[in-house]
Amino acid sequence: MSNKKPEVQKEKSMLLQKEMIAGLFKDLSTAKEKGKKVVYTFVPGNITELILSFDMLPVYPEINALQSGMRKKSWEYIKEAEKIGYSEDVCTYVKCDIGMMLKGNIGPTDEKIPDPDLLLLSYTGCFTFMKWFENLERLYPGVPVAMLHTPYQEDGKITPGMVDYMVKQLKEDVIPKMEKVSGKKYDEARLSYMLEKSALSEDLLVKVLESAKLKPSPIDAYFAGVYYIGPIFTAFRGTTQAVDYYSELYKEIQERISLKQGPITPEGELKEEKYRLVVEGPPNWTNFREFWKIFYDMGAVIVASSYTKVGGVYDMGFRHDPKNPLESLSRYCMGCYTNMNIPQRVELLCHYIKEYSADGFLINSIKSCNSFSAGQLLMMREIEQRMGVSVGFIESDLVDPRYFSYANIKNRLESYFQMLEQRKLILQ
Amino acid sequence: MKNLTQISEECRKQAFDLNYFGAKKWKSAQKGRVLVGYLPIYFPREIVEAMNGIAVGILGVGDQKQVIKGDAFYQSYICHLPRGVIELALDNNFNDFDGFIFPSICDCVRNLSGMFRITKTGKFSKYLDFPQNFNPLTGGVFYRQELGSVQQEICRINGVLPSVKILNEKIEKYNQNRRFIENIYAIRQEFPWRLSAVDWYCIQRAGLMMTVEEHNAILSDVQTLLEENQGEPLDNIRVVVSGSFCEQPPLGLIKSIEMAGCYIVDDDFILGSRWIQGDIDSKSNDPMNAIVNAYLTQSTFSSALYDVGNPKGARLVELVKNRKADGVIFCAASFCDPALLDRPEMQKSCDEAGIHHINFQFHENTGQFKVIKEQCGTFSDSIKLWA
Ligand code: SF4
Ligand code: SF4
Repeated sequence: MSNKKPEVQKEKSMLLQKEMIAGLFKDLSTAKEKGKKVVYTFVPGNITELILSFDMLPVYPEINALQSGMRKKSWEYIKEAEKIGYSEDVCTYVKCDIGMMLKGNIGPTDEKIPDPDLLLLSYTGCFTFMKWFENLERLYPGVPVAMLHTPYQEDGKITPGMVDYMVKQLKEDVIPKMEKVSGKKYDEARLSYMLEKSALSEDLLVKVLESAKLKPSPIDAYFAGVYYIGPIFTAFRGTTQAVDYYSELYKEIQERISLKQGPITPEGELKEEKYRLVVEGPPNWTNFREFWKIFYDMGAVIVASSYTKVGGVYDMGFRHDPKNPLESLSRYCMGCYTNMNIPQRVELLCHYIKEYSADGFLINSIKSCNSFSAGQLLMMREIEQRMGVSVGFIESDLVDPRYFSYANIKNRLESYFQMLEQRKLILQ
Repeated sequence: MKNLTQISEECRKQAFDLNYFGAKKWKSAQKGRVLVGYLPIYFPREIVEAMNGIAVGILGVGDQKQVIKGDAFYQSYICHLPRGVIELALDNNFNDFDGFIFPSICDCVRNLSGMFRITKTGKFSKYLDFPQNFNPLTGGVFYRQELGSVQQEICRINGVLPSVKILNEKIEKYNQNRRFIENIYAIRQEFPWRLSAVDWYCIQRAGLMMTVEEHNAILSDVQTLLEENQGEPLDNIRVVVSGSFCEQPPLGLIKSIEMAGCYIVDDDFILGSRWIQGDIDSKSNDPMNAIVNAYLTQSTFSSALYDVGNPKGARLVELVKNRKADGVIFCAASFCDPALLDRPEMQKSCDEAGIHHINFQFHENTGQFKVIKEQCGTFSDSIKLWA
């Protein structure tokens, strides 16, 4: 019997996305010769449109880290960072990024990622971001840092004072630094034009994600979801390319809906939808395909996930607003999933369980990530009590292969699916 | 006046009273008093005291209480402090508390604020988002709103409105408190054998459980007593301990460091009490503004503060030099992202300045100190031999 993995099936939108990413890394690799400025920033609460409006190129260290995880390079990088004193206990995204930098900063397309001209510390939903960029500031001496402190929705809402604070930071610190680095003036009309495009892409993304309410769901909103959110959460929000990508993706999904097809997975189409799950927490990247396959083998579809909301909870109505660009960017930053307080997160997950007719709720708890993980066990209990669904809990890490135990996770998931099965029988 | 041993012993009892009897007794002595708990690191307690309240520090359960329920709320890879705190909440140790402040320091403390909301612990839970922008018109305005919302919560409970006069008085009391603490550090820098690090730790920590007036009285006595010559100097090295600003090392650990031949001449154990460097203006017509400005311009260095432009490493080196210390012990709680992510760069700064250092991690309930003692002993010997 051959051990060869089946060819991953690729749709047109996937190819389109691949081209977009390859194009970005190409641009990055030639940025210095072409005089393009490079901004390092984070995914949650990113203000990509503003970066692009200055014709600068964004780099997202978390994306580099996750891609290193998928390419099985992360362990080598993590070791490198641990060698210079980073503890085994801290967020592995940081270590992976720092290790990658120490090893020459070679990106996923084997081209060098240029050094930053600006470190944009948009500090949304995670305290570690601040530590991460303080470290980068010392590793790239002389590179300016623009801090954008995003207040947390501690009381479950965004107050006018919070918006004001953010807009002031944008006007007084972030934009002047961008003007200085790029040598260009802030162009609000251009930014607004981009935000119009953002809103178009956001409309389409929401339609894609909400298609999972159908039975069978035509998409997997977690494993495939991470691809769907790619362009909008990163360098392409606000561009025509992103609108084209989401139009194509939506078209494909409509086709699948009309044919009553299930999600496309690397193993092929999921023919029978046995369980519908809502998942909380990021996936594991080092064993992504194996991880997904466990669900595929069990006939489980993830119909909604919180991870696909770290770069915006668009399905709850937020859209970038071209009429109030800076205020809208501020509201966007504050609205991201990990910037919501724990009761809000519980509320959102309960909403998903109900709206997407889920059979169960599962947490993939990530060792690295306190922002997600601290409080998850209480969230799980609360959700179980309120929704009466079967809940499951597994643990792994984002990019540290030491914390992905295939056998352990598989065992736990198998028991969980047995529980779901029994519950289904009882309910029948 | 009581002697140092008696004072230390009493302070130790109060510092580790997980039922917060002293503070509860204070509250129950008069109607309308409010009891607020706050987590590490810093919170301007004067604003609560000026509204007929008391803000007590919640520093976890240390090795005083076995955590059982709390472990069911936290995965193994999360630090210990929050699991002990939730245990206290579930065991009703916080009965009589009116509210809780969760200063922004990390995502564990942040999310704990939401857990308190879900478990309906106290009448309010406030995650206090300290600004990371230090412009008075930007971060300052925001911080003032944050503090204003704490005042509103207290006013909702006891109806007391903040008064300029009383707040100024409280600011002055806290100025005195910080002066006493700094004076005692200065005495200990010269004569560390006069008061052990453990006793000094207990005296400082007890201050988080009582009114500032009570603590000032204790500190005043301690300062007077320390001015007299006592004890015998040992051939110890002098160290600064860095990284234990939130989850607290067990007393046994602090003791082990000293017993291994290291006088601790500075540390960040109870950093919140020393957060503001120098006095806050206590004669202002707008004392809230004075508190806000002090945070913006007089904060000490900390893992909770954005430090680009004024890096922690350089500030640690300066502290070591000012204290004439021989080395640094980096001593952080396991899984403490803020401390552990700062460590490599701070170590690098020490290396560049030729300052010796060692590092280890602990849990608040660590019970075995043999390895740590050996490590500190070797550190002390190597400095004595080669420095
Ligand atoms: S702690 Fe979590 S959110 Fe923060 S950088 Fe690490 S992985 Fe990202
Ligand atoms: S010990 Fe560190 S990680 Fe834990 S709550 Fe305190 S600051 Fe946060």
